[in-house]
Amino acid sequence: MIANEVAYNGKVEGDVIVTKADAVINWIRKHSVWPMPMGLACCAIELMASAASRYDISRFGMEVMRFSPRQSDCMIVAGTVTYKMAEVVRRIYDQMGDPKWVVAMGACASTGGMYRSYAVMQGVDTIVPVDVYVSGCPPRPEALLDAMIKLQDKIGNESSVKNLKKRASAVAE
Amino acid sequence: MIDQDFTNSLLAKHDYLSKISHADCLTLSCLPADWVDFAKFLNQEEAFELLVDLTAIDQGDTADIRFEVVAHFYSRIHHDYLRVHIDCLDNESPEVDSIASIYPAADWHEREAFDMFGIIFTGHPNLKRILMWDEYPYHPLRKEFPLAGIDTPLPAADVVEATGASVEPAPMMGGPFVSPGSGPMSDAEPRAKDESWTEQIEKPV
Ligand code: SF4
Repeated sequence: MIANEVAYNGKVEGDVIVTKADAVINWIRKHSVWPMPMGLACCAIELMASAASRYDISRFGMEVMRFSPRQSDCMIVAGTVTYKMAEVVRRIYDQMGDPKWVVAMGACASTGGMYRSYAVMQGVDTIVPVDVYVSGCPPRPEALLDAMIKLQDKIGNESSVKNLKKRASAVAE
Repeated sequence: MIDQDFTNSLLAKHDYLSKISHADCLTLSCLPADWVDFAKFLNQEEAFELLVDLTAIDQGDTADIRFEVVAHFYSRIHHDYLRVHIDCLDNESPEVDSIASIYPAADWHEREAFDMFGIIFTGHPNLKRILMWDEYPYHPLRKEFPLAGIDTPLPAADVVEATGASVEPAPMMGGPFVSPGSGPMSDAEPRAKDESWTEQIEKPV
């Protein structure tokens, strides 16, 4: 009984919950990741499958695929990034509001994959910072879901408040 | 199907044609000066109204005629394909007349052949690169161009400034994987040519 009261007791504390700002902010962020489907090649088909009913990415709160970068906060790069497309990928990344994350889905987006050629960028991390890499050609939808859950864990461990202050001072300067 | 009579009548009507023997479909070689006339004739009189493909071949810089343009046509009347080769007489700046005004489908195919081989299609309404970006300085399917690519700056200045990215030769990692192209199937499987350089092994120059 006593142990429970130490943690939280609605009768004693009313509607007040005491916690850390980081914990709340991260909790909100990680349960509404709005992905930007950067579907560039065959991997995009698996990305679509993850969003469809069989794998159902909405079980983890990431179903709101937004094709407008300004409304999304996690770019899923699914497919082969050619040098010609790289500029567009970077520009779309720049248009996404902070905070933002990037998942490199599949061998191509992670390393160039089997395309060791003049036309293909050897990994999208050349132009955008990648948070999670997913192996596979293509990765199964489960692998993408696992990556997104890993990303949630990562978001949960960020120190958002510190970053907020950092950004505010950068803007002030 | 195209039979011997049809072939003979074509060859008799047009002295600029010659037959190349091929196992699959009738293949003709056409003199570059008469290419547009022949395309017009095929389209209007012989009912080859579909241009299926148009591309080019690079025979390497030791060949007398280095570049050839190859076009495939299909006729719904004859139910058969026809292939036409056109030699580019100039090896340095290969040029062929455009047939985009006769076959609209040729428009993008000619742009691709221009992009990949640098063949100029005179009379093309909009001859610019279709796959690589406009500023790209090379023609990647030419024989001298390495598969891995050549160091080249990217076109967008702001992206380059933000990321420092540029086109870099891709590490070959044991490849490229090419088939010898002859012999029994078991030997014709693609094999690693092992022109490898990796992050650890320096790129040969
Ligand atoms: S990793 Fe494989 S499936 Fe994915 S885009 Fe590349 S080639 Fe296609």
